[in-house]
Amino acid sequence: MKWALHDGWVMTRRELAHLARQPAQIVLTLLFPVLLVLMFGFVLGGGMSVAGGGDYREYLLPGMYAMTMLFGIETTFAAIATDTGRGVTDRFRSLPMAPSAQVTGRAVADLLTSALGLLVMLGCGLAVGWRWHSSAAAALTAVALLLWLRFAVLWIGIYLGLLSGNPQLLVAVQILVWPVAFLSSALASPQDMPTWLGTLSHWNPLSATADATRALFGNPGGGTTWPALLWPAALTAVFVPLSIRQYRRLSR
Amino acid sequence: MIDVRDIRKRYDDHTALDGLDLTVAAGTVHGLLGPNGAGKTTLVRILATLVRPDGGTATVAGHDVVRHPGRVRAAIGLVGQHAAVDELLSARQNLVMFGRLSHLGTAAARRRADELLERFGLTDVGEKPATRFSGGMRRRLDLAAGMILTPKVLFLDEPTTGLDPHGRAEVWAAVRRLVEDGTTVLLTTQYLDEADQLADRISVIDHGRVIADGTPAALKGADRLEVLTVAPDAAAARLAGLGPVTVDGDRVTVTVHDRVAALALAASLPDVHDITIRRPTLDEAFLKLVSA
Repeated sequence: MKWALHDGWVMTRRELAHLARQPAQIVLTLLFPVLLVLMFGFVLGGGMSVAGGGDYREYLLPGMYAMTMLFGIETTFAAIATDTGRGVTDRFRSLPMAPSAQVTGRAVADLLTSALGLLVMLGCGLAVGWRWHSSAAAALTAVALLLWLRFAVLWIGIYLGLLSGNPQLLVAVQILVWPVAFLSSALASPQDMPTWLGTLSHWNPLSATADATRALFGNPGGGTTWPALLWPAALTAVFVPLSIRQYRRLSR
Repeated sequence: MIDVRDIRKRYDDHTALDGLDLTVAAGTVHGLLGPNGAGKTTLVRILATLVRPDGGTATVAGHDVVRHPGRVRAAIGLVGQHAAVDELLSARQNLVMFGRLSHLGTAAARRRADELLERFGLTDVGEKPATRFSGGMRRRLDLAAGMILTPKVLFLDEPTTGLDPHGRAEVWAAVRRLVEDGTTVLLTTQYLDEADQLADRISVIDHGRVIADGTPAALKGADRLEVLTVAPDAAAARLAGLGPVTVDGDRVTVTVHDRVAALALAASLPDVHDITIRRPTLDEAFLKLVSA
């Protein structure tokens, strides 16, 4: 157990060292969602209305926070697929280290960078006029729910990364992730969509987190909290065993 | 140091290892030769605890690879077909990380990283990321990473595939230094000259079994004397005393054990145009074995 923590921390530091070596990439990763906020908030946002009333940018920002968490799948996928494809995973498996460390190191590093990304997004939100209108406790709960979603999609990224072992399939993952991102309440109310799209969007896990955080921040379009707790829990319950199984299959 | 008994491994569509036996003595370099798909890499992956065998037993440094993979991992180094280093980190960061993951303390891991950089001639480029390395440098870094704990057994799976002659020579020199320190090496390769250069013993593998085993000299077999003559039948009769003779047109070939005596006899033959004597290359021996 002691070694599991030790080795996990070594792996976390490895990921953080990567970031330090690629400052341009981390700036791009952090700024991309900011760009989306500017695009949707200002270029397209003029024509958007919020079902039930309210300012569109107040509606948009919590959706963008949740979407940023979802995009984390891509980071996790690329890192795991690169290690697996290049034989780095094999080297780790041939060392007398805790087998869990590769995953725990990844998880901690990804949650840390996503927390940083969220911080940048909150700053961006404040800069474009988004505010929270609730207690600090409610706002912090919203942040925790966002990171909870990030934790859940981490496992999707790990599973797909182990499954493919090919970082070039990142484009395929993006093709999967983007429709999930847009077919949700992140950018527009499902009530304003055609019925079948609205239903699909309503049941999107991303919508659950977006709506719950809206309510907790006191922004328009809010929903109840419990789906934002349950959806990530369900995803984790499915993808943790799948990831473990896929990791074991490396020994076949 | 390595003991393999009746190891079997099947994949969906083919049998990778079909009851393979292998013994490697401590402190030696053992070459595994075989065509693509013969089972070399599968065997190395089983011995390095990356893949579980379907049947049979294998011990490495006295530990069973299935029952005590942790103990095996503490005794081995693995250098696979890909240079398995973190390309974004510097050479030194890589070695310190692998040292920490091998449970050296921070100071010890740093010291070991510096030693290995020095030893593999990478001190000057220690702070550069591995992406900027040449193929030979990356392989040397990979070897260094496989040597963190001074392994008792080092697995080298095609360590010079894709390298230019200079890079290969660098890797060979590094491997020879390891052996001087008492490391046992199991080397797979498709380059017969590589096995010839490095290995004390060679096992030839085909279809998941060992089909021949011995020192490189023994595998190559005896010398061959070739005589070009206008009177092949007469020459064949005179040479038959040396060993089995074959006649092909004006060319008479005989397998010989005493080169000097054979040359003297051939020189005394009348009507001879040309005499050559040579040892078959490992390539010839190998082709003969795998096509048999």
